[in-house]
Amino acid sequence: MSDTEIGSQSDTVQPEGQQNDVELKVDGLVKRFGGITAVDSASFEVESGSMTGLIGPNGAGKSTTFHCITGIHRPDGGSVRFQGNDITGIRPYQCADYGLVRTFQIAREMANMTVLENLMLPAKQQSGEQLWRSVMPFARRDVIEEERELLERVWDILEFFEIEHIAEEKAGNLSGGQRKLLEMARALMIEPEMLLLDEPFAGVNPTLEHKLLDHIHELREEGYTFLIVEHDMDLIMENCERVIVMHQGSVLAEGNPETITSNEQVIEAYLGGDV
Amino acid sequence: MSTNATDTRVRLETLWEHDAVKILAIFGVIYLTYALIGLALGYSLDGIVNTLRRMTYLIAVYGMVTLALNLHWGYTGIFNIGIAGFMAVGLYVTMMLAKPTDPAGAAQYAGLGLPMPVAIVGGVVAAGLAGLIVAIPALRLRADYFAITTIAFAEIVRLGITSGALQEFSLFGIELGTGGGRGLIGNYGDPMNVIFELEVFSSFVDLTNSLFGFGPRQARALAYSMVLVIVLTGIYWLIQRTSRSPFGRVLKAIREDEEAAQSLGKNTNHFKIKVFVLGCALMGLAGILWRFRRTGVTPEAFRPHVTFYIWIALIIGGAGSNTGSVLGSGLFVAILFEGPQYFRRLVEQVITFGDAPNTFAGSVAPILSGNTAPFVRYTFEEFQTLQFVLMGVALVFLMHRRPEGLLGHREETAAAIPLIRRSNDDSTAGRGGDSS
Ligand SMILES: Nc1ncnc2c1ncn2[C@@H]1O[C@H](COP(=O)(O)OP(=O)(O)O)[C@@H](O)[C@H]1O
Ligand SMILES: [Mg+2]
Repeated sequence: MSDTEIGSQSDTVQPEGQQNDVELKVDGLVKRFGGITAVDSASFEVESGSMTGLIGPNGAGKSTTFHCITGIHRPDGGSVRFQGNDITGIRPYQCADYGLVRTFQIAREMANMTVLENLMLPAKQQSGEQLWRSVMPFARRDVIEEERELLERVWDILEFFEIEHIAEEKAGNLSGGQRKLLEMARALMIEPEMLLLDEPFAGVNPTLEHKLLDHIHELREEGYTFLIVEHDMDLIMENCERVIVMHQGSVLAEGNPETITSNEQVIEAYLGGDV
Repeated sequence: MSTNATDTRVRLETLWEHDAVKILAIFGVIYLTYALIGLALGYSLDGIVNTLRRMTYLIAVYGMVTLALNLHWGYTGIFNIGIAGFMAVGLYVTMMLAKPTDPAGAAQYAGLGLPMPVAIVGGVVAAGLAGLIVAIPALRLRADYFAITTIAFAEIVRLGITSGALQEFSLFGIELGTGGGRGLIGNYGDPMNVIFELEVFSSFVDLTNSLFGFGPRQARALAYSMVLVIVLTGIYWLIQRTSRSPFGRVLKAIREDEEAAQSLGKNTNHFKIKVFVLGCALMGLAGILWRFRRTGVTPEAFRPHVTFYIWIALIIGGAGSNTGSVLGSGLFVAILFEGPQYFRRLVEQVITFGDAPNTFAGSVAPILSGNTAPFVRYTFEEFQTLQFVLMGVALVFLMHRRPEGLLGHREETAAAIPLIRRSNDDSTAGRGGDSS
């Protein structure tokens, strides 16, 4: 039973080659910071159930694009559609309600909360988040019951990521790689449909990187859609079926790994012509 | 189910014991010390008990406000330096609601003549509303601007009460007044009469009389302090529940990283407003219970130093711990607030001071010729100032040596259940992970 919690979207799994539904559609996105145009009318699509890579040199505007999609920044122009809904400029917490969750380039764990607390936080529809229910004796009974069930789910996810041994640790004491795992586990606790991962492998040692990749593949097979920012080109080429290349705030190229690696412009801009 | 329940009970009990031991030990030492000081000063039994009663009263009031501040700062990271303002709103509204409708004689202005319990509820609600009015526009601001807003609010309240404009006004045809700088007289019956008029209370008076030689007035004061302790316990319970819940978990997450909490689907503004209003309402309640039995109140009682006293108590106890907040209030009152004057009395027992010099210069000059006595005398004469210096030194020392306070290191779990390892028989469905 516990396994199916994670794979709760298994009904949306689509056979290879049939992934035509657009999960996320970004159209003409613009974000300016004073004089800098960090994102300059970027447009791309992410197919449902796909694992799409977003690459580009440092400063290309990848993180800013994520910020604009998830409501951390309000875009200056363009639109974002998720599963057909217009989510342009929504508040970050609404984004999670739609089933779109992101992780941060620099892990943002709640340092003074334990791993367990970190993981119990994001679950949706916790009735105990209403103050009176948590205080009033009769309502609190239900809250406690919910908390028990939630804790079970948390243990499942810890097991999935094989990090049960750090459950009681304060998140601030974890290693860089463990933090990245925690962030992803925490995002999954929302039971999202799509995950935006901003450099999930940065600062992660090769062994853990492999494990993390395995987990991502496993989750993908369960029906999650992934958009992954990463600057290790080889890693993206090996693991993603589609790749989006950003350069100076715009999308330079889009396609499968083969067409991307043979794209002259990409080689010029991204690889600096050293191939 | 039943084993689960007993498990939880055992765990909660050990936890409670732990904190209870701490509270009992520290308060035991405080009370014993003050009893001994009373003996040394030659107090009679009723004098000693009265000293301890006054301590209890102060600790209970400071404890209530410190707990409320802990909810703001310790749990949510909301920097409230307008505490005195919310206390003032609570007390003034309650007094204006409770004062009789006919302004007889020296009692100046009329009130609404409502029964005290209604007036108290009114004051608490008013303080909460004041919190709402401050929070809605200001919580969108950066934390430091929010803090400035709160202290500005508190000063506006204090100066507003002081100003002649509100000294006497009419609202919907009803005459009311804050009394301005001259103060407001509490010409209603003793607010505790609900209790004092009980049958059992007369036997309580007899009991205290035979035990400590108390008169009825002292007995009433003692009962009042006891009621405050009960209210303090209630607030402690309320805030403990609030923090050990999914609600409290979001508060903690806001303190840690508000933006990340938002990205995890939490409408943080919503939580911040709720918790700010709750804390302000409790500050209002503490303000009411602090002074509603006095003959009157002046706005001077709500100068900003009240706010800083509460902050000192919180820092001593350790932000983030409710038990710490209560302990911090105890230590603040015993050592920093009441300590200096008792120390002075003790010193005066031993050394008899002559007349103190009138000026600081006059006290320092004799030091040059080797005579320090005038300086010592002057210092003891300027006791208020010395108390502030002592608080400053204590703060610097704490920040240096123990910035996390007495119990701030101990993070209290933000969940409605103890977060424990699940029993082995449940973890058979491991997904290829060994449960080491
Ligand atoms: N908050 C900000 N204020 C000003 N400039 C920013 C801000 N965030 C990003 N930038 C600028 O926007 C550009 C794109 O940054 P970013 O999206 O972080 O790139 P990437 O993630 O692709 O490395 C950079 O030039 C960066 O300096
Ligand atoms: Mg980036």
